[in-house]
Parts: sequence; structure tokens; C-alpha cells
Amino acid sequence: MEKPLTRNMLPGRGPFSLAEYEKAGGYQALRKALTTMSPSEVTETVQQSNLRGRGGAGFYTGRKWSFVPMGEDAPQPKYLVVNADEMEPGTFKDRFLLEGDPHQMIEGIIISAYAIQASVAYIFLRANYDVAYRGLQVALAEAQAKGYLGENILGSGFGLTLLLHESAGRYICGEETALLNALEGKRAIPRSKPPFPPVVGLWGKPTIANNVETLCNVPHIIFHGAEWFRSLSRSADGGTKIYGASGKVRRPGAWELPLGVTIREILEEHAGGMRDGVSFRAVLPGGASTDLLTADHLDVPMDFNAVQEAGSRLGTGTMVVVDDRTCIVGLVHNLIRFFAQESCGWCTPCREGLPWLTDILAAIEKGRGEPGDIEILRQHTHLLGPGNTFCALAPGAVEPLQSALKYFEEDFERHIREQRCPWK
Amino acid sequence: MLTPLEEEEIKFVAEHYASLDGAAIEALKIVQRHRGWISDDSLRDVAEALAMTTTELDSVATFYNLIFRQPVGRHVILLCDSVSCWIMGYDNILEILKRRLNIAGFGHTTADGRFTLLPHVCLGACDRAPVMMIDDRLYGELDADKIDAILAQYE
Repeated sequence: MEKPLTRNMLPGRGPFSLAEYEKAGGYQALRKALTTMSPSEVTETVQQSNLRGRGGAGFYTGRKWSFVPMGEDAPQPKYLVVNADEMEPGTFKDRFLLEGDPHQMIEGIIISAYAIQASVAYIFLRANYDVAYRGLQVALAEAQAKGYLGENILGSGFGLTLLLHESAGRYICGEETALLNALEGKRAIPRSKPPFPPVVGLWGKPTIANNVETLCNVPHIIFHGAEWFRSLSRSADGGTKIYGASGKVRRPGAWELPLGVTIREILEEHAGGMRDGVSFRAVLPGGASTDLLTADHLDVPMDFNAVQEAGSRLGTGTMVVVDDRTCIVGLVHNLIRFFAQESCGWCTPCREGLPWLTDILAAIEKGRGEPGDIEILRQHTHLLGPGNTFCALAPGAVEPLQSALKYFEEDFERHIREQRCPWK
Repeated sequence: MLTPLEEEEIKFVAEHYASLDGAAIEALKIVQRHRGWISDDSLRDVAEALAMTTTELDSVATFYNLIFRQPVGRHVILLCDSVSCWIMGYDNILEILKRRLNIAGFGHTTADGRFTLLPHVCLGACDRAPVMMIDDRLYGELDADKIDAILAQYE
């Protein structure tokens, strides 16, 4: 089984230096792209690979790039922004890639910037990833010294300035347009779309924002070709995926596996099953903003379409496992409270609705729930749903709630009937 | 007044952004690194350096979780309270920290000014839950014994 994304990550040591990375074949893809391919050929290859964004939304990467105005009349400068604002609760896959092999991502950034002819790129790194920050600083200096960054890279005439921005911490920065406002030094409030960032983005210029894992795939696609990349996957979408599991499993962690392995395979073979004394009850398949799935869904393949058909989202592909000793109402309260706190406050349904939900869930959990509460909760899953807000924060926030009401309504009823949390 | 070093650092980082006020977050972080937090005076100094109004800059400063507009202790403990750490029992860790530090809870600073305890969103280390950070160091798989050993490292 090929594991291109993690092949340079050896247990018990830090990331490869530039020299080690080159020795392992690194920067060959960059050379190939810049010296033998046109920008549109790079975009075309990525389109044919069926690479879909690994940040949660799953948009086709090559297609996104194809929206960028090209040619001499295109607005300048154009920007590439790396979304390394990994703050989705339950998600730790980009940390794995950032700490484990920074040069892989840098190579992916340079090739991708070449494809859209961006002359400036930013890595928007979340706060608190200090190990990744230091590793990236070292790798960026090495790449700069070697001439992989700066002007006229590998004699191609293409130049790139790559800058590292460390966020001051706020979940909403992960939303593409909020991230652009944060980079401009403003409050991270999502922008109204259209216009979309590939046309009007950072400081009004064409901008592509891609997730860390997405960009890490690019050198491998360019080096080995689109067909090879598609063959890595067990689904229609190309490549491998960094999957993860946390919660009361025996071996929490992250693993690179073919896209489309089942939930069961990840849980049982890689995470080692549940810890002694607890059993599986539910799973958030792709982070805090994805619908819960249950034991009936264990054989669902973890790819974009299959998880959607099962009623949830692949999201970030890092699962939070919920055991039978964990209260579902308490879990949803924790999740909704997080989203209420991290709402930017710009639109009313999110700013007002999420704190209300937090209060109701807290009351139910504390044994002060009232008979009408479940109906109010259910109404909010629609009021805060898609189409009523600027961005996806509130619709994402109500996904675990709506699925908890769908699969575990009895838990809510018991809390209200018994006026206590039966799990305490 | 900004120190010459702060001015120099802000000037250097401002080159990375297409507008002067684009460096607002970086400039706040630089001053906070030197002074521990952003007082009203610091805010005014930074705003002046970036040709922004104080109100404008405060709207940015108060938006981000890790810009401190109140004094903090010499070390800041960020205890993750998000979903995976909640499942793994971060509330026990909170109780232990409250007892060891002899403080009422989140948002409080120890009497000797050594630590401030804050709740924090997911630290992206869910495989090691429950986790916390002290300054720039991450600590995972926390329990009572570990916490004593960790706290002892900080003056």
C-alpha cells in the first residue's frame, strides 16, 4: 500500500532537512513542473487526478484553480493562501503533515502557485502550533537559500515570495473569506459571496486558498501522474487520506490510508477498537461540524460521496468516537457551546441562535429541561441551516445536534423526564 | 511609547502585507510578546504606528482569543475544553489545576503572578487528550501526577 504523504516520516526523529528531502526524491516534481510543464498543464493534471479539497468542503482542487484569471491581462499580484488554520475540534491531521514533512508542503505550494501564476503565497498557520511554526521557519530558510523560493526559480522565470503568518486564534479564520480578512489584519468575518476569492480575494486580487493536506498531494500528482493518483484510492476521488481517531479507543492516532476505507476498518484495525469497559455508540466522522453516525454505519466507506449518502460529511476525516459511557446531550452541549463562542457575531441566526441552544442544552443536562425544549432544538436545526447565514459555521454547528435528535432523541427525553443526566 | 526594538520588529513584519494596517495582528503579537498583554497605552502606541484609530485596532484586538487585553501571569495555561478532551475528562484536569494553583477557575491568575488559567479551543492534539499548553509547550495525556511535575518546571 503506497503512502506518499507520510513516506518521509520516520518514527523517533524530526522532519527531513532539505538535503534529506531531496535525497528521497524531493523537489523533483517542482523541477518537472517548472521546466517541462505549462501552468495550464499543471492545473489540467490536478483536475484529472480527481483531487478534492481536504479541509472539509471537498471541492475539486483543479477546478478551483481553473477559475483564476490567467494571462497578461489578469490582475496582479495573484495570491495562494495555505489554510493551515486547523481548529475544527477533533482534528489533528494537518499538524501531523506540518510537523512531519514541511518541505513536502512547501514543494506543493510552489507548484500550485506556478499553476495559477501567483507571485505571493501565505501560510496561514493557526496559533498554538509552535512545533510546526519552528519547523516551517527552518524549512522556508532552507528553500530560500537553495533558490526554490525567490526570483527565477530553477531558471524558469517564475518567482514566488512565501510568507508565514501565525494567527492570533479564532476558529472562524478557517472559513476561506474570513481567513482573507484575518490576513488583511481585520476581524475575521466571512465575506459575502459572490464574488468568489479566485476572482476577488486577498486585497481584492485573485486568490486561491487550499488546505495543507490538499497541497501536500500536489507534488506526488505531478511526479507520478493523475492516473497513478486515482489508483491509490478505493473510491472515485483520487489519492490517500490522513484519517484519525480520538476518544476512548485503544490507540488514538492518525494514519494515511487509501481514500474510501470503511469506518470499521479505521476503528478496529488502526485505532485498535474500543478501550476495555466501554463500547461504541456513535462517531463524528469528520470533526465537530459533521452529523453523528451510528453502529449501523460502520461499513460506510470514508469518502466524500459515501459519507454524504449516509447523512453526514467526510469533513476532515478525523473521527471523534463516542462511547456508551459518554452522554450524547453533554456531547452536543460541548459542541454547540464551542460554536457559540467562536461565532464571529456577524449574522443574527448564528449570533443569537447558538447561545440560546447552548442555554437549553445546559438546562437539559443539568436536569432543568422542559417538555417543549426538544421542539425548540429541532426548529433551530432549520433556522440555523444552510441558506440563512453568510458562512457554514452555524449550519455546521447544528449538524451534530440534528443527528443527535434523529438517532438519540430518547436520551434527550430521559434527561427531561428524569430531571437529571442519567450518565452522571 | 513603543521601544525601538518593537518599532523595528513591526516595521520588518509590515513589509509582508500590502497595507500598513494589514500588520495589525502581527504588531499586537509583537508588543504582547514584550509586555505580556495589551494595555490601553500599548494599544494606542500600536494604533499610532499603523496609522489606525485606537477603536479600529481594539476591534481587532478583542476579536482574537490570544490577544490579551487584561494582564496575565508570567505563564499562561491553555486547557483544551473541546470535544475530544471533554470526552477524555478535561473537567477532572480543571479541578486538579484549580486546587494546585489555588484559584477559583478559568480566567484567574495565581496570587504570586506565576500562572493564568484559560480555557482554550481544540489544540489539535486530540490523540493525546486531555491536553493543555503552557506558553509554547504542549502537554498531553494529562493526569494528577503529570500535572505536578509539569507545574514545577515553571518559575
